[in-house]
Amino acid sequence: MERNQLRRKLANMRQSLFEQGYLDEQFTQLEELQDDANPNFVEEVVTLFYRDSARTIQNIEQALEKNPLDFAQLDSYMHQFKGSCSSIGAVKVKGESTQFRNYCKEGNAEGCRRTFHQLKKEYAALKKKLELYFQYARQAGPDETACRPK
Amino acid sequence: MNLGGGQTAKAMSAPSSSASLKSGDVVSDQFPAGLRVLVVDDDPTCLRILEKMLRNCLYEVTKCNRAEIALKLLRDNRNGYDIVISDVHMPDMDGFKLLEQVGLEMDLPVIMMSADDSKNVVMKGVTHGACDYLIKPVRIEALKNIWQHVVRKRKHEWKDKDFEQSGSAEEGERLVKPLEDVDYSSSATEGNWKTSKRRKDEEDEPEEKDDTSSLKKPRVVWSVELHQQFVAAVNQLGIDKAVPKKILELMNVPGLTRENVASHLQKYRLYLRRLSGVSSHQNGLNSSFMGTPEATFASMSSLGGLDLQALAATGHIPAQSLASLQALGRPTTKNSISMPMVDQRNLFSFETPKLRFGDGQQQLNNNSKQINLLHGIPTNMEPKQLASLNQSAQTFGGLNMQVNPQASQSSSLLVQMSHPMSRTQMLNENKGNHVPRLQSSIGQPILSNGIHSGVLSRNGIVDNVRGAVYNPVSQASSLVDFSINKSAELPGNSFAQVSNSGISSLTSKGIIQEEVSSEVKGSRGFIHSYDIFNELQQHKAQDWGMQNVGSTFDASQHSALQGSLDVSPSSLVQQGFSSSQKDRNVSIGDAIFSGGEGAHCNNSKFGQQFNSFVADNTLRVKAERLPDSGCQNNLFPQQFGQEDLMSALLKQQEGIGSVESEFGFDGYPLDKFPV
Repeated sequence: MERNQLRRKLANMRQSLFEQGYLDEQFTQLEELQDDANPNFVEEVVTLFYRDSARTIQNIEQALEKNPLDFAQLDSYMHQFKGSCSSIGAVKVKGESTQFRNYCKEGNAEGCRRTFHQLKKEYAALKKKLELYFQYARQAGPDETACRPK
Repeated sequence: MNLGGGQTAKAMSAPSSSASLKSGDVVSDQFPAGLRVLVVDDDPTCLRILEKMLRNCLYEVTKCNRAEIALKLLRDNRNGYDIVISDVHMPDMDGFKLLEQVGLEMDLPVIMMSADDSKNVVMKGVTHGACDYLIKPVRIEALKNIWQHVVRKRKHEWKDKDFEQSGSAEEGERLVKPLEDVDYSSSATEGNWKTSKRRKDEEDEPEEKDDTSSLKKPRVVWSVELHQQFVAAVNQLGIDKAVPKKILELMNVPGLTRENVASHLQKYRLYLRRLSGVSSHQNGLNSSFMGTPEATFASMSSLGGLDLQALAATGHIPAQSLASLQALGRPTTKNSISMPMVDQRNLFSFETPKLRFGDGQQQLNNNSKQINLLHGIPTNMEPKQLASLNQSAQTFGGLNMQVNPQASQSSSLLVQMSHPMSRTQMLNENKGNHVPRLQSSIGQPILSNGIHSGVLSRNGIVDNVRGAVYNPVSQASSLVDFSINKSAELPGNSFAQVSNSGISSLTSKGIIQEEVSSEVKGSRGFIHSYDIFNELQQHKAQDWGMQNVGSTFDASQHSALQGSLDVSPSSLVQQGFSSSQKDRNVSIGDAIFSGGEGAHCNNSKFGQQFNSFVADNTLRVKAERLPDSGCQNNLFPQQFGQEDLMSALLKQQEGIGSVESEFGFDGYPLDKFPV
């Protein structure tokens, strides 16, 4: 019972993440890669993402403190970051990073800073949601962890 | 496909099938399962995802997060991978550079990936030879069919190479035909492919692995000489009218088939196109050629780095040289390949056709093409030429490699240099032709041609340069040898060295000997020149024209002169550039030459010396001299009459000697340089 409830809850969470635009099809791709040999693949990848991108975020932050801003460098960092978040399907974060890059191309320092601030918020929000999601997934058991109901 | 199931946990069985795939006679029906993929991406998240996806496709995956590591893996395990997937933006090396290098050295299909889907980036992938371009985020569906690139490439290679091996056009055609008719996705294809692959593998394997004994390989080696002949024929016919059949007739090389020429021509065209950049058509040939040299160059650079110091080295190119080579080898920017026009043949055909021809070296065919481009190096170094130079440098590198084989040592030399089969071979193979044909052009002062320098660097260039500069030099392999060890070989020395090693056996070592310090032994020379070229190229951007040539040249010369290969070609080149501007022709040629020669001079050394060089025009002179002695020797040991070469070298050396003394070279009198 509890397990079923957990599973239902999990399914709902997952559903809302998609509906609210936090995740996209790419996340589904990850789920499909998950199998018996790698039962926690999705969680593993997301963890990897957050760990690695934290460094990039930090680099960007430091770069944003410079004066004047090195837009080329910022754009480069963000390109890197964008590639990562798109590979896990983090839509909102990706959107912010695209916006950031646009501002870089325009040389708009204020726009960059503003967008970056927004990006960090989205980034943190998604992280929380996913952490919770995986927590449930682990509790619900391997069968339906992060797997789309067939 | 029975494998079809896909995503089950069958990935584990993949490894076993990969082995069989290679041998060709086992588990072929499981193909593409077991396809050995090397995936390179600095982003760990993407890397992990790709790995999982590829595993799910039942491929055998190796991942690495740095391009340098990837290259090392590929070099250490020549036949260990079937295909490479690489990201475009990486911190340590540009993905396109890696692409070129892989294409040049290993001739594996490479797929580029990026989150960037802008047209110009994708186009860049195309021009650099990527067989596909994936936009991130990559989906598994996109990865499922990557095996087709492997089959396609193998098929073409088999067609080219095995063709010669079997010795008859008809046979080859017959064999190839079924392959072509088959649909890739069907098992029938696999069967045919396998058969041919097996043959290819069987034939190729021994070739690839043996360094010294590779001489017997039936594969056509586009030596410098051969390439020069090819280029001459093409020029005679006119690039637009150059058809394989006519080229073959003009070349009149026994044993060469129309197919050999056809594939070589194709590569040459690409090279020239690349050289000329946008305006490919008129220089069509040249540019495409140049382009390849770059790749070659890049590889060469890597070679140069290695060999320079120790021929027997594992062939790890110093990052800098590699980088410089790469930089240098970017002909695309340079375009105006005027170089190709000029003594192309010199460049390419340098390598003794005999050795090469029929050599099984796989890479040769590919490389030679590239190298051939160098031939086009015009005597007058012009900015374009410079670009070409770079390319030629690349090819040059390749050439160098080839040159060595000729001497029969080339294989061994190559081996010495870096890895037995490693780059050197690749270079040789590819470059074979490019080896500076000193002989032909030696007489004339090629130096004046900016191209020469370019040539030098490339391998093929050396040829041109040599010709002009060295006249005598080109003849003797001594040049080759010469350039390598001794200081004369300026940065390019490494190149020369390489050739020297191989060449030494070939020609009058006499001259070279002095110059060539023992270091040359390996094919080092080539690599060096490569570096130099890179440097040149870079400079070129600023001021390309002659100056660059000169600089490079000087640099190379210096290195040669010095005898201490330490001169870092790059530094030399740069320095040389500024100073050499004046004498471009000569210096360039020389510089290039030396560079190509394989003077393994360390960059560091070179830089120092170079600085002094740069200071005056004498550098140029030296450069000039060097080419003769150093470059040529290394590159075309066989070709040049040893006596001539030696005399040329000696002359140069003398001249250079004086110059060098200031820099620390062996003291070749600069003024002696025959212009």
